Amino acid sequence: MSASTPFALLANATSIPWAEVPAWPVAELVRATAEELNRGGRLCAWFGVPEGEATCLVAVLAFDADNTLAVGRSLPFTGNYPALTATHSQAHLFEREVWEQHGLTPEGHPWLKPVRRTNGDAPANGEFFRVDGREVHEVAVGPVHAGVIEPGHFRFQCAGEEVLHLEIALGYQHRGAETALAGGPHRATMSQMETVAGDTTVAHATAHATIMEALAGTEAPLRAQWLRAIALELERLANHTGDMGALAGDVAFLPTQSACGKLRGDYLNLTALLCGNRFGRGLVRPGGCRHDLEPARAVQMLERLAPALADTEQAVAWFWDAASVRARFENVGTVFAAQAAEIGLVGPAARACGLVRDVRYDHPAGWHRFAQAPVAVWPGGDVFARARVRSLEIQRSGDFLREQLATPPEGELHGELPPPSPDMLAVTLVEGWRGEVCHVALTDAAGRFRRYKLVDPSFHNWTGLALALRGTAISDFPICNKSFNLSYCGFDL
Amino acid sequence: MFVLDTIAHRLKRGCETMAYPAGPAPALPDRHGGALKVEASKCADGCNVCVPVCPTQAITRPEGKPVALDLGRCIFCAACVEACPTKAITQTGDHRMAVRRREDLVLGQAGEEQVRLAAALDEKLRKLFGRSLRLRQVSAGGCNACEADVNVLGTIGWDLSRFGIQFVASPRHADGLLITGPVSKGMELALKKTYDAVPPPKIVIAVGACAIAGGPFVGHAQVRDGAAAIVPVDLFIPGCPPHPLTILDGLLRVLGRLEKG
Repeated sequence: MSASTPFALLANATSIPWAEVPAWPVAELVRATAEELNRGGRLCAWFGVPEGEATCLVAVLAFDADNTLAVGRSLPFTGNYPALTATHSQAHLFEREVWEQHGLTPEGHPWLKPVRRTNGDAPANGEFFRVDGREVHEVAVGPVHAGVIEPGHFRFQCAGEEVLHLEIALGYQHRGAETALAGGPHRATMSQMETVAGDTTVAHATAHATIMEALAGTEAPLRAQWLRAIALELERLANHTGDMGALAGDVAFLPTQSACGKLRGDYLNLTALLCGNRFGRGLVRPGGCRHDLEPARAVQMLERLAPALADTEQAVAWFWDAASVRARFENVGTVFAAQAAEIGLVGPAARACGLVRDVRYDHPAGWHRFAQAPVAVWPGGDVFARARVRSLEIQRSGDFLREQLATPPEGELHGELPPPSPDMLAVTLVEGWRGEVCHVALTDAAGRFRRYKLVDPSFHNWTGLALALRGTAISDFPICNKSFNLSYCGFDL
Repeated sequence: MFVLDTIAHRLKRGCETMAYPAGPAPALPDRHGGALKVEASKCADGCNVCVPVCPTQAITRPEGKPVALDLGRCIFCAACVEACPTKAITQTGDHRMAVRRREDLVLGQAGEEQVRLAAALDEKLRKLFGRSLRLRQVSAGGCNACEADVNVLGTIGWDLSRFGIQFVASPRHADGLLITGPVSKGMELALKKTYDAVPPPKIVIAVGACAIAGGPFVGHAQVRDGAAAIVPVDLFIPGCPPHPLTILDGLLRVLGRLEKG
């Protein structure tokens, strides 16, 4: 980025008047966005805002090295526009989504098909990319999978055991979460935000609450920000620990699987100690938090956290000590760093390709302005690296919690929350356990939501799983899939 | 070295499976609150402050009628408990909430202040399923929280398989379905097909506010407001998500595996 960027700049968790977002003819928006992406920007969101019969396209970019976000938009238009995907593949799903939602056709998009729309009876009843040849066979999996897991459809093109191509068709879980926000916030909005992706309740709830605060030109009291940061790390610990157990299970390494399965529950119970709900529901509210962590409760949390962390460390150590585990994980499901940057991976999946990319560090907001955890990075891009990043993050989240629980800030739990300002655009990024959770809200003249865009980290990362499978044996799909562990409903919204 | 280390550690920890149901049930987190109790007789005349605070519109009070809270729709945020000026809505701390009939979740009028807990299956089904129940789980728009807390029952702490209950990969091998999620339109066909593939006799269990009534997404054009719109449901387990203990209680209750209560 340079000072000469034509985009409007803002920091994470802040808002700017819609009128101050620069507007260009759409071809110019695509050109300017491409230029910023070439200069190291990253596409956080790309979506349409209806304006009469036409639509404005909005681009939200992140300049990680400068801790800055940038927004720009097109003038309202209908019909076609030159695809950004043609030069920058990280836009490919965003442009398909815009096409599906607003009917704007990105010309030159190589694979224009719906993202979530049902075609006849089911989302997968569409065209799939096919590899031809007498030795090639196709494997179709889902939507209902073998385990207790969400639905999605996977279509593999294989030559013998080797996967040549994997196409992932989602949309089965579509509940209309984004459309429900129009004209909001409504009575059910906060509960819906807590269930956008149920295992990411705290991150999505924090992003939404922060949006409401940014639109009101205020922020939550420090004590509430501190509590949100604690809940966010507990969420990360629970999910990462569960993932380590699941990975162990998939390579039949039972000691770690058994231990991590139980430890995951211990972390969920710590969240329940804070707010009664194992997933953190009912804790975060616009303007603050609903439950406090009184000194006695904080002491209890620390006392229960210490053995859980020690046991996790032990269970994970067995895992890393076993050559049989390492051999199953190394050089399997590799995504190269250049590919990861090109498709815009986020979260542990990106950090496992050596990319230093973490919202808590790059775009600190809330409590992360005052307290940080080191970014956990590992090169390699394979299943091993993704597991390794998780186990490093377990250690660092543990250290962060130990530090933070010992030094609580004083003050109120809930502050005054004025109504949202009219005609404002607010952007919030939160580093959920899967990566960057992005919420963008635009208010109308009455201060209601005119458009609310949700981007779950899974939206960026499913393509990473598809790439990881190329040239991999189809029997390695389970461990590749677990090593990403992406959200279906967070993608389907 | 490594093997001995692992074995030594496991021996040191001993058996980690909870004593329940032979022993006492593990305590719910103190802020969980458990099930709700609604005493319409305590409502002040014309008061309906609880109605608008409920995010899922689970509470109604039609003109001249007593207040009614549908625990099937409830996501247990306790906003109504906080709002009620006469303490007509209270938390009981009880983890048991599973019912056989949908209407048994509607609380309020005299004699129906609390859920009417599920009765066991009839003799014939209990004989078939009581000691061996294989379930196929279908997530139909679920957010992965209900799924996660169903999964938890398989871990060593809960060890669901000691009751002969197991999740299987194929509906052909199953005795029934356990459904989560409000049933998104995209999953309607898949759910129907999975149900049809289960050989009769079969049972269907709806877990969580979404699968019972649509949860936070109730009334959306994209969802069917619960599993009962597609398949007949034999057991409803409320919560958002239900605590694992609530789910386990429901499963054991319907199988007639709980001694008392």
